[in-house]
Amino acid sequence: MVTLTGRAGIWLVVLFLAILAIAAAADTGFAVHMTIVALAAAIGLFVTLSKTDYAAIARGALKGPDHSRYDDDPIRWGVIATVFWGMAGFAAGLFIALQLAYPVLNLGTEYTTFGRLRPLHTSAVIFAFGGNALIATSFYVVQRTCRARLAFPGLARFVFWGYQLFIVLAATGYLLGITQGKEYAEPEWYVDLWLTIVWVAYLAVFVGTLVKRTEPHIYVANWFYLSFILTVAMLHLVNNVNLPISLVGAHSVAVWAGVQGALIQWWYGHNAVGFFLTAGFLAMMYYFVPKQAERPVYSYRLSIIHFWALIFLYIWAGPHHLHYTALPDWAQTLGMVFSVMLWMPSWGGMINGLMTLNGAWDKIRTDPIIRMFVMSLAFYGMSTFEGPMMSVKSVNALSHYTDWTIGHVHSGALGWNGMVTFATLYYLVPRLWQRERLYSLRMVNWHFWLATTGIVFYAASMWVAGITQGLMWREYGADGYLVNSFAETVAALHPMYLLRAFGGLLYLTGAVVMTVNVWKTIAGSPLRIEAPMTDTPYDAAQDRPLVPAAVPAE
Amino acid sequence: MTATTQKPPLSTHAKIERNVSILGVLAFLAVTVGGIVEIAPLFWIDNTIEKVKGVRPYTPLEQAGRDIYIREGCYVCHSQMIRPFRDEVERYGHYSLAAESMYDHPFQWGSKRTGPDLARVGGRYSDEWHVQHLTDPRSVVPESVMPMYAFLKDRDLKAGEGGTMTGEIKALATTGVPYTPEQIAKADEDLKAQAGMGDTTELAKRWPKAQPRDFDGNPGRLTEMDALVAYLQVLGTMVDVNAAAAQEDLAKETGR
Repeated sequence: MVTLTGRAGIWLVVLFLAILAIAAAADTGFAVHMTIVALAAAIGLFVTLSKTDYAAIARGALKGPDHSRYDDDPIRWGVIATVFWGMAGFAAGLFIALQLAYPVLNLGTEYTTFGRLRPLHTSAVIFAFGGNALIATSFYVVQRTCRARLAFPGLARFVFWGYQLFIVLAATGYLLGITQGKEYAEPEWYVDLWLTIVWVAYLAVFVGTLVKRTEPHIYVANWFYLSFILTVAMLHLVNNVNLPISLVGAHSVAVWAGVQGALIQWWYGHNAVGFFLTAGFLAMMYYFVPKQAERPVYSYRLSIIHFWALIFLYIWAGPHHLHYTALPDWAQTLGMVFSVMLWMPSWGGMINGLMTLNGAWDKIRTDPIIRMFVMSLAFYGMSTFEGPMMSVKSVNALSHYTDWTIGHVHSGALGWNGMVTFATLYYLVPRLWQRERLYSLRMVNWHFWLATTGIVFYAASMWVAGITQGLMWREYGADGYLVNSFAETVAALHPMYLLRAFGGLLYLTGAVVMTVNVWKTIAGSPLRIEAPMTDTPYDAAQDRPLVPAAVPAE
Repeated sequence: MTATTQKPPLSTHAKIERNVSILGVLAFLAVTVGGIVEIAPLFWIDNTIEKVKGVRPYTPLEQAGRDIYIREGCYVCHSQMIRPFRDEVERYGHYSLAAESMYDHPFQWGSKRTGPDLARVGGRYSDEWHVQHLTDPRSVVPESVMPMYAFLKDRDLKAGEGGTMTGEIKALATTGVPYTPEQIAKADEDLKAQAGMGDTTELAKRWPKAQPRDFDGNPGRLTEMDALVAYLQVLGTMVDVNAAAAQEDLAKETGR
């Protein structure tokens, strides 16, 4: 009862503070945000005080099993949140892709311009879709590999809901024009502080569960999750040192300026890729690929070497985002060299994943989920080769500022992060809801081909667009003058922007197919009647010994 | 037979992976090295930022315009960083110097050129062109894919927190931008004066080289368009990069 009143007290204090902040708000954006916070606190207070067992109601609504040996409720919510934010993020991406082809789609209102929607898209896919996938899978994996229930179950629920509040505040902020103006670090100071609180809670739950483990060894997936949580905390804290202009206002002033600010930002930005989108997702790969393939991880030694090499080298690669800028040359060169070296540990991860299929390669034909994992690792390999190549200064001179970078990011994001997440969701859903299997395997196959074709359209069109752009900018005529005006280079990209949007549409369609499949599986619909993915052909007439041909008489 | 005492390679790693604290501390140490080696020296190596004449902090109106530039996410399509290549220098002007963004909190170098670089856009086009272009980009550049920002003309400039720039200028001063106490105290008056609605002699005293005029073609009203155009018109104009002294200073630079 003490904890109950204590908890209700905290919610009440938050509610009062939020209401005071609304009253004193220096700008409307801050007032809107504090209203959202007040609403969240009111819901928290209501849930705490009412005697209803909301966990049971949620389990009923989500058709989740009553009790499992592990604490799986937050993971089930996380799976649903991942699918939801994925759809939102992909749809936003398709919309802004179309805006670049047809600028009239900016609609002339301040809330729907490309400049405000683009951070919405990037944050929705990276932090909402990717982040929810990482939190949910890390809670799943750490329990199984430690043979221990989650430490601090209340805190784990706080992590889930606190993270959703972070997403809502960030997303509404972008539409309202509340931004720090730093890519992938757009949320303002108070949202950053909130995320810090949630992240510390996340670290506590994760490490607490590791400490509780009944297995002597910490499994390799958990090394990656741990380094992802620690490093993201460090990056977030250093890059977001800001001075609020007013404690009741949305805006702040970055403490870092100019060249130092630029390198800190790209040290952050590149390692958001390195730790959020790589180390965290490699952790997923290290658990779910061996599970789905039913084979042990290929090499324990390789996993040790590539883990330490990857986390040590990644952090140096940031300056390759600033080649030929006003950043001192020595820093640029250091960034380039480490980026090229990073190729090796990256491929160590790919090799360890792919070779795990040793002895199970036939499953690529029969198991569409394995096929997805293999494709995700293939894209991981391709984009971690492309990245080091683009970080070479002479290549970067052409590729920087162009759509080639956008293509590169998406071959990693759609190919590696997207595909490995989809495959993991397909693995998790039947197990978390204790279904016999997915509603449909054929639909997984459809998703696979839609997504793969979509990525091919996306990456190919952006390569062509980027190289076209880069070459047109630097094209000189025989008279020694620049051949193209900037506007001409914009017009030249229009067909490529259309092809890119088509690729995005295919990818989104695949995600819709997944949503239906996951929905039907959770709802417990009868399995879809469909031809199996493979069948062993049997022809009774052929099932006989070879009849020797009649030998003609001499 | 001899006893096989040879341990398999990397077996000592078992110690690390059996202890959360050791694993966590080592993993954290591994990720701190790169940042310390690359970032920290930028704060004390002298020639990281060239010593050139002319760079001054933004005026309150320019800073308010910069806030709008950031609010609208202009940096997702426009860079402010000219690289030292022949084509870029001919297209956009002298390559960008680190000193030119030393008072930018945060920097706006950008990473993508869906539109052209803006580092030296100041003074290249008339105010009328900017207003027309921001209102309806395709009316002046038919190939453009830029969003329409007509709403900026119709909105009064509510600069900074609570309609005053003083707080923001003061916060910038705290982070190291050399604003004088007088500049901070008179921030709001100077903002109005620069937009053509106040005493420009006072303004010129406190802000040498500030360009005072009505920027949005609507003298009776101080709009967000005024601020944004004032910001765009100052970009890249502070350092006279073609002056003989500047060229001599830059020629002496090494290690950049």
